[in-house]
Amino acid sequence: MASTEIQTETEVTPKKSLLEEYAPIAKDGLWNNNAVFAQMLGLCPLLAVSNSVVNALGLGIATIMVMILSNVSVSLIRNIVRPEIRLPVFVVIIASAVTAIELIIHAWFHELYLVLGIFIPLIVTNCAIIARAEAFASKNTVSKSFFDGLMMGLGFALVLVTLGALREVIGMGTLFANAHIMFGEGMHWLTIEVFSDYDGFLLAILPPGAFIGLAFLLAARNYIEKKRTQRKKQNKQQEPVALEASAV
Amino acid sequence: MFLAQSSPFLKPALSVSKMMRVVTLLMIPGILTATYVFGYGVLINIFLAIIFALSFEAIILYLRKRPIKVYLNDNSALLTAVIIGVALPPLAPWWLTFVGVFFAIVVAKQLYGGLGYNTFNPAMVAYAILLVSFPAQMTTYWQTPIMMLSQVNGQTLSLLETINFQLFAQLPDGVAMDALTSASPLGIVRTSILSGAATISEIDAQGTTFGMLGGIGTEWVNLAFLAGGLFMLRKGLISWHIPLSLLATLGFLSLLFGSFELDSNPSPLFHLFSGATMLGAFFIATDPVTASTTPRGRIFYGAGIGALIYIIRTWGGYPDAVAFSVLIMNMCVPLLDYYTQPRVYGHQVDNDDQELP
Repeated sequence: MASTEIQTETEVTPKKSLLEEYAPIAKDGLWNNNAVFAQMLGLCPLLAVSNSVVNALGLGIATIMVMILSNVSVSLIRNIVRPEIRLPVFVVIIASAVTAIELIIHAWFHELYLVLGIFIPLIVTNCAIIARAEAFASKNTVSKSFFDGLMMGLGFALVLVTLGALREVIGMGTLFANAHIMFGEGMHWLTIEVFSDYDGFLLAILPPGAFIGLAFLLAARNYIEKKRTQRKKQNKQQEPVALEASAV
Repeated sequence: MFLAQSSPFLKPALSVSKMMRVVTLLMIPGILTATYVFGYGVLINIFLAIIFALSFEAIILYLRKRPIKVYLNDNSALLTAVIIGVALPPLAPWWLTFVGVFFAIVVAKQLYGGLGYNTFNPAMVAYAILLVSFPAQMTTYWQTPIMMLSQVNGQTLSLLETINFQLFAQLPDGVAMDALTSASPLGIVRTSILSGAATISEIDAQGTTFGMLGGIGTEWVNLAFLAGGLFMLRKGLISWHIPLSLLATLGFLSLLFGSFELDSNPSPLFHLFSGATMLGAFFIATDPVTASTTPRGRIFYGAGIGALIYIIRTWGGYPDAVAFSVLIMNMCVPLLDYYTQPRVYGHQVDNDDQELP
């Protein structure tokens, strides 16, 4: 079985420090292999719910929870489930996790539940979640899978909140509007009016604004990546010894 | 003395720069008529749009490390700016023009790769985005046509007052927005008939909607653009396919539906000479970059726009529809071009040969 082979391999390699083991997972989840930026997964909820920061944050946190739950569960049973039926099992696990989260939001954040509506149950269809279950959790230990779920979820939520903030500021001139539906009645002060007397650029709130906003975010990400690889190349050229070593 | 010339005796192809310049010049009759009908706001819109468009174009060309002077001289940004300026409501505040030109030049044109690479007509992208984002400003800031002033007891603004309003949103004392503006004929017809509030003959009896041909006021602007467009046709700047198929489809559909219920469908002439029909048919739909390039494709393209204009005007959510129709048909252009490839001379028509080369 593939999963056991990989495990024996990792046991053979010399023991790494905790940081060496977990830092790459964090880096992957937040930037290098970000669910949205690098894998382009989960775009449907991303585009649909990012019309305000509070909505984005609500769905982002729900997705983080589902990812952690599903990653941990999949990792726990990874040695018991036969590979032929692993995908249906993953789907059932993810669906149960989403149902649990949905019931929690329904019970304690009812207004948020009404705003997010169908997009909470639709977390099931977020490909990023099953992709992590298949690509990571089914091959790694529980603690690593937990951390990967947290980081992948955080990476997704960060993009979601960034896009939400962008669209809300441009579209309505506010930030954290309706903060009370998520943080409770005492949190009305969180709402910030960035521009007063703002006409509102409706397009940013509407679906086309989501596509255009995501395109600009992706362009910014690619620009930063390009600059980074250029800098790495320059550093390598300055050290010809290192270049030879890498060529070998 | 005879000048010795050798073959080929072909006319040199018109350069992009010259073509864009001539098309812009041929819009002048329409612009002047629009200024006469709707006030100085039209000229100020065009002036602002040109400044913004050339600045945005220069900035983006600098960022893309392209030769700025070469690309600015192709006059395409100028033509886009003039079309936006004419299409915007005459009392549009300056930031409306600014946002529109930004989306036209930066997003719709340069981010797609510049002139020749843009899928969508930049000026119409600007108009559609503004109409969706700022419906209040885009539909209510139309100054009352000069022919209607006495009937509705309206007011107009002088040049300085117009500038003051568009740049600083200040109206002179004793002038209210409601006294300056009026609903467009297309808007009145659409809302009255959709809601069943009035029939065509009832609207006509009020005397503030229908002119001799089309909507009061806009009919003259349409006639002026038609004149400019016919001159373009004569000069060979555009082919007849797109304008003719567009106008014929729009006229045919309005005749077809109008012949059933005369009192709830405006006449074909009203459709042809109201709103942006002529501007759209001759100056917008014929954009060489975003329109279909094959003769048969152009006929389908124009007919599609004409049909969509009628459909959206009659049953859609907006009174006029040139921008949306052009954008929707822009999306169909690759398909149209693919299926309407003309037969290459010397080759036979082969039905099996329909696959991708």
